Amino acid sequence: MELVKVTIDNKTVSVPSDYTVIEAAQIAGIHIPQLCYHPELTKEGACRVCVVEIEGARGLGAACVYPVNDGMVVHTNTPLVRETRKTVVELLLANHPQECLICQKNNNCELQTIAADLGIREIPYTGEKRNAKKDESNPSIVRDPNKCILCGRCIRACQEHQGLDVYAFVNRGFKTLVEPAFSYDLGEVTCTYCGQCVAVCPTAAICEKDDTEQVFDALGDPNKYVIVQTAPATRVALGEALGLPAGEIVTGKMVAALRRLGFDKVFDTDFSADLTIMEEGYEFLDRVVNGGTLPMITSCSPGWINFIEMKYPDLLPHLSTAKSPQAMFGALTKTYWPETQGIPLEKIYSVSVMPCTAKKAERVRPQLQSNPGIPDVDAVITTRELGRMIKNAGIDFKNLPEEKYDSPLGVSTGAAVIFGVTGGVMEAALRTIYAVLNEGKDIPGINFMPARGMEGIKEATVDVPINGNNVTVKLAVAHTLKNARTLMDKIRAGEADYHFIEIMACPGGCIGGGGQPQPVNAEVRAARTAAVYRVDEDKTIRQSHKNPDIIALYDNWLGKPLGEKSHHLLHTHYKEQPREV
Amino acid sequence: MVEKTLEKSWEQLNQLLESYRCTKGSMIPVLQQAQEIFGYLPKDVLIKISKELDVAISQVFGVVTFYSQFHLEPRGKNIIRSCQGTACHVRGAKAVLDAIRERLGLKDGQITTPDNEFTIETVACIGACGLAPCLMINDDTHGRLTAESVAPMIDKYYNNKK
Repeated sequence: MELVKVTIDNKTVSVPSDYTVIEAAQIAGIHIPQLCYHPELTKEGACRVCVVEIEGARGLGAACVYPVNDGMVVHTNTPLVRETRKTVVELLLANHPQECLICQKNNNCELQTIAADLGIREIPYTGEKRNAKKDESNPSIVRDPNKCILCGRCIRACQEHQGLDVYAFVNRGFKTLVEPAFSYDLGEVTCTYCGQCVAVCPTAAICEKDDTEQVFDALGDPNKYVIVQTAPATRVALGEALGLPAGEIVTGKMVAALRRLGFDKVFDTDFSADLTIMEEGYEFLDRVVNGGTLPMITSCSPGWINFIEMKYPDLLPHLSTAKSPQAMFGALTKTYWPETQGIPLEKIYSVSVMPCTAKKAERVRPQLQSNPGIPDVDAVITTRELGRMIKNAGIDFKNLPEEKYDSPLGVSTGAAVIFGVTGGVMEAALRTIYAVLNEGKDIPGINFMPARGMEGIKEATVDVPINGNNVTVKLAVAHTLKNARTLMDKIRAGEADYHFIEIMACPGGCIGGGGQPQPVNAEVRAARTAAVYRVDEDKTIRQSHKNPDIIALYDNWLGKPLGEKSHHLLHTHYKEQPREV
Repeated sequence: MVEKTLEKSWEQLNQLLESYRCTKGSMIPVLQQAQEIFGYLPKDVLIKISKELDVAISQVFGVVTFYSQFHLEPRGKNIIRSCQGTACHVRGAKAVLDAIRERLGLKDGQITTPDNEFTIETVACIGACGLAPCLMINDDTHGRLTAESVAPMIDKYYNNKK
């Protein structure tokens, strides 16, 4: 790409000629406030908060969509620019509920930050206010259209990342709203609850359903025995919610914080991720050897499960029947733990900390009840919600000591933690499958690099001996539902000769999940991903089948992978979720 | 009888969609013609159009709600267009409109009578300012109206259709 010279606030930078002013300003280290702009989405130029003065141009230009040209001179901080931005934000605030103090996004709201930065002290405009219905119809996501500033980020995230188009602008003028088709609730349309709209919403118009209060209630109840599990991707992101930089590994501090919050047992979803590999790995081998449905597709990501149940119900037999790690863990907390510890089932309250909004909906699936009528997981909180609980409890997170998970459901391997990134489940499964088929010999190098990286769809092959024959196993890894759709269409058309496919609904996998701290962008995801691989490298045991507590669990209680007990507790079934639109 | 017409309408819709297949930017003409076939745009029709044109249903709904020419509810046999332009406004168009709504027994926000005889909508100007306040019923223009004179006029249409 040809380079052009642009001077912004007296600083000259060379940038590619297809940049817009806002991108050039980033290179120059100059911050321009932004609301509708998001670095990973199509530029819209809707909010006008990013206006700048461009010499020779008529009027002010929106920096996010204004293309650069050679010799361009831009001023981002003149009296006219400041005055205009201020007016733009004042007008937005004129139709925005003045309830920041009691808002879920208080202190974490882009509109609030901009209003503060611009020094807005009064809202000079009064007029009609939007009065739209709040959507609290589902277990995962709450929409409050009255807090919407019509930036359209959610529309674009859903369309461009997930290919689902749940939202669109509806009506016109003052009556404009962002709504699903026919103004249906999210629960009535093809929404997978992946939460990518939540992740990009600059205000509190789209939030995770807050379940912190019920967790606090359980923790305060002396008759409850409260167990918590923490998903792989939470340990590399929670720090961001508490003032630490992206990609900081806070596993030990998170465990310490959970103890201080009062959890009776602090366990790790990583343990059940190892368990998932055992069940899913053996299921894969069983399908290959006995002619089961192939390709087999992973089933850990609940947004993905909702997607296939809504959009590709004919392909459900391809899904691994292995429950997700959260669900396996939930099952253990309501069967193995009360049984072996002598704790009455009704005392146990099982909480999970997830990077995911869709996990809240997974929790209420009727298929996930080991004891009829009793959900295996009682509450799901996102990484963001845990961050808020830690603040609420006055815990000085940064200065906490590093503590260890409780035993035995807290011991895990490096294979488990990489469940948090795209390609991780595939890599973890391969580490075990390869060893099982090669008389316990490790896969060369342990790491399986072709599964790694941020490419949308990755393909790889690996040679393994099956029944005395050398078989080339074909693999595919996809993240985002848009890429998942590409693979599903290939399977439907009979053009996919893969054996094993991993799919995660969110960009980058769970580290980019809809329940993770904001903001999320490519750099943040890269930092979290690198941290996940660091945790893996630092583990002495890096293959699920070598986890001593997994081995002990099978020996003492479960029997064998795909055995009868596993079948009842660790496997599930799927059902079409028909949707009108 | 009604069933048969509906069946015919769907047949026409299929023909319409066939003629626009693979044509980019065809959503608005398709919606307009579909509305001509059905009289309004029922949900099923929008879903069908969304699938056939491969445009997300949320986007189709967005377009339909953006333009006032599209209607999501069935419309009456008689369409009343009550002018609320400047000239009509200063000569009491609001009172005329209220009188019509009262006569038709329309509740807040309702624009079509339950018996589907009348739909009333407001327009900005029908180019008959000299007759203000005025309105159109179907293709007829009526002017110099008062709240008192408008009701019997409406009744005439009602009776006509009977």
